[in-house]
Amino acid sequence: MIRIDSVTKRYPDGTVAVDRLSLEIPDRAITVLVGPSGCGKTTTLRMINRMVEPSEGTISIDGRDTRQQPVNTLRRSMGYVIQNAGLFQHRTIVDNIATVPRLLGWSKDRARARARELMERVGLDASLARRYPYQLSGGQQQRVGVARALASDPPVLLMDEPFSAVDPVVRKGLQDELLRIQDELGKTIVFVTHDIDEAVKLGTMVAVLRTGGRLAQFAPPAELLTNPADAFVEDFLGADRGIRRLSFFSSAGLELLTAPIVAVDASAEQIAARATEDVPYLLVTGLDGRPLGWSEPGALTAGQVDTGRLLPCGRPFAAGRDSLRAALDCAVLSPTGWAVAVDGEGRAAGVVSQAAIGEAIRGAHANDTTGTTGFAGAPDLAAVQKAAR
Amino acid sequence: MNVLHYVNAFFSNDAYWQGYDGIPTRVSEHLGYTLEALALAALIGLPVGLVTGHYGRGGNALSLIATAARALPTFGLLVLMTMLIGFGMLPVMIPLVVLAVPPILVTTYEAMRSVDPSPVDAARGMGMNEAGILLRVELPVALPMILGGLRSAAIQIVSTATIAAYVSLGGLGRYIVDGLYQRDYEKVVGGATLVAALALATLALFWALGRLTVSAGVRRSN
Ligand SMILES: Nc1ncnc2c1ncn2[C@@H]1O[C@H](COP(=O)(O)OP(=O)(O)OP(=O)(O)O)[C@@H](O)[C@H]1O
Ligand SMILES: [Mg+2]
Repeated sequence: MIRIDSVTKRYPDGTVAVDRLSLEIPDRAITVLVGPSGCGKTTTLRMINRMVEPSEGTISIDGRDTRQQPVNTLRRSMGYVIQNAGLFQHRTIVDNIATVPRLLGWSKDRARARARELMERVGLDASLARRYPYQLSGGQQQRVGVARALASDPPVLLMDEPFSAVDPVVRKGLQDELLRIQDELGKTIVFVTHDIDEAVKLGTMVAVLRTGGRLAQFAPPAELLTNPADAFVEDFLGADRGIRRLSFFSSAGLELLTAPIVAVDASAEQIAARATEDVPYLLVTGLDGRPLGWSEPGALTAGQVDTGRLLPCGRPFAAGRDSLRAALDCAVLSPTGWAVAVDGEGRAAGVVSQAAIGEAIRGAHANDTTGTTGFAGAPDLAAVQKAAR
Repeated sequence: MNVLHYVNAFFSNDAYWQGYDGIPTRVSEHLGYTLEALALAALIGLPVGLVTGHYGRGGNALSLIATAARALPTFGLLVLMTMLIGFGMLPVMIPLVVLAVPPILVTTYEAMRSVDPSPVDAARGMGMNEAGILLRVELPVALPMILGGLRSAAIQIVSTATIAAYVSLGGLGRYIVDGLYQRDYEKVVGGATLVAALALATLALFWALGRLTVSAGVRRSN
């Protein structure tokens, strides 16, 4: 565990960047530092590997003060990833990644073999190994930065806005990749961002800092969205935190109706039997079970439905794996107001109305314990969160 | 009589291809002075430029010294040194080195300062020591510019090393000084042509050096 104990950083010009900050950063989890520009996130992160020395207070790792070992030994035990990757432009990709193993005295061959292994791990094609950084896109460079930080398999990873310089699509890919890697490797990650959505998506724990370097709140993301500590945190979370919080509730509890589903070759009797009072629309599926679209029962021709005249069913949600937020989104976007749930193979598993989703949301809020359990509940939350992504 | 005629006459004169006043001897003397002066200047300019550039301190002092050194008239310095020390190699080397140190020092400092700070930050964060950062992160990237500084120093030395002849040393300056004295313009033009050719050869040499020592990753990304 990394323990930050009432740490203050006063720069020589008198700026107090961090003010009596105390944090206990849990092992094998992602802890996100988030807050407005200039609130001291980078300073806090850099105090952990002593790129910045605290003015007061102590930082310890597993009970050992970071000042007790030589500074370069400390740094080599922590991966460090910065915003624009900071690759060495005179070295090939594979040699960039091999940097820390080489510093640790590994042979060139062994370090390169390790580097190639990591390229695969972070989703870089092996053909890029002999290229130079200028030949890579920003997103690829950032992956190299992550691979380089992981090269010597350090237990701790420090990341300072690693994904903020790439476009939203690439950023999402990198975030998903990080979560996948974290599932496999279980590092202790300290992640700095100014993007609250990124914090909520990645963090097991989120520390919100306010300007002047003081801690505003330290909580799992679901609790942050449920119980912001004060107006500053609430403001920082933004207007739609209620909607975003739904990401933490699983759609598993939704009652899916299978009655209003007919196959594309349904007979007149089947159509008549499915069309009931409270279901104004029927979902038509292909012979493989995949949803094709909605139709009013009366507009369906028995035996062979004209698929060109169906109302689109939009993007379905994955039953049980997606969150209530995803289910609600499907229902809101659906022309009929009903969301379509699919199973792992993409076959229609059932449909659910906005009203039923609303009911489930109320139920989830009523059962919600995240507001009171704090970090003890975090592993479960993380599971839900993962399922929800 | 045009210049080309002189050039032709000079180089086709067999007398200039042998003996202590022959082209091979004078060229090798000239190269000797040049290499010695360049090596001394690099020995002073490179380490000071690299270290001050790495730490980012002393830039003002450096440019002050460099400006002062540039203001010194090379020929005046030669005369002064000869008066103080007497004839010999040393009074020639001092003005040449004084001439060559500023471009090396200033460009090396600037080259180190212009290195992108983020790889340096990353290297430090990975636990690389300062010497490692200087030599393995900053220097490879700063190298093209540093070579540029060395190149202009080398070219200045090549053309200025002719002054050695004024204090009765050898080198290509002999042809020019003696030629002027003897009103032998064939000799003067021949000597000047050789100096120009050496300067061009220096350019070619540094181009090749750049190809050999600068990483493709640095060459292409700039
Ligand atoms: N070397 C320094 N000397 C003086 N003041 C500094 C120094 N580095 C940072 N600061 C100041 O300390 C405060 C916190 O800076 P820091 O870089 O930690 O903020 P941040 O939260 O990372 O901001 P951003 O989101 O913009 O990166 C700022 O007011 C900044 O101006
Ligand atoms: Mg920052």
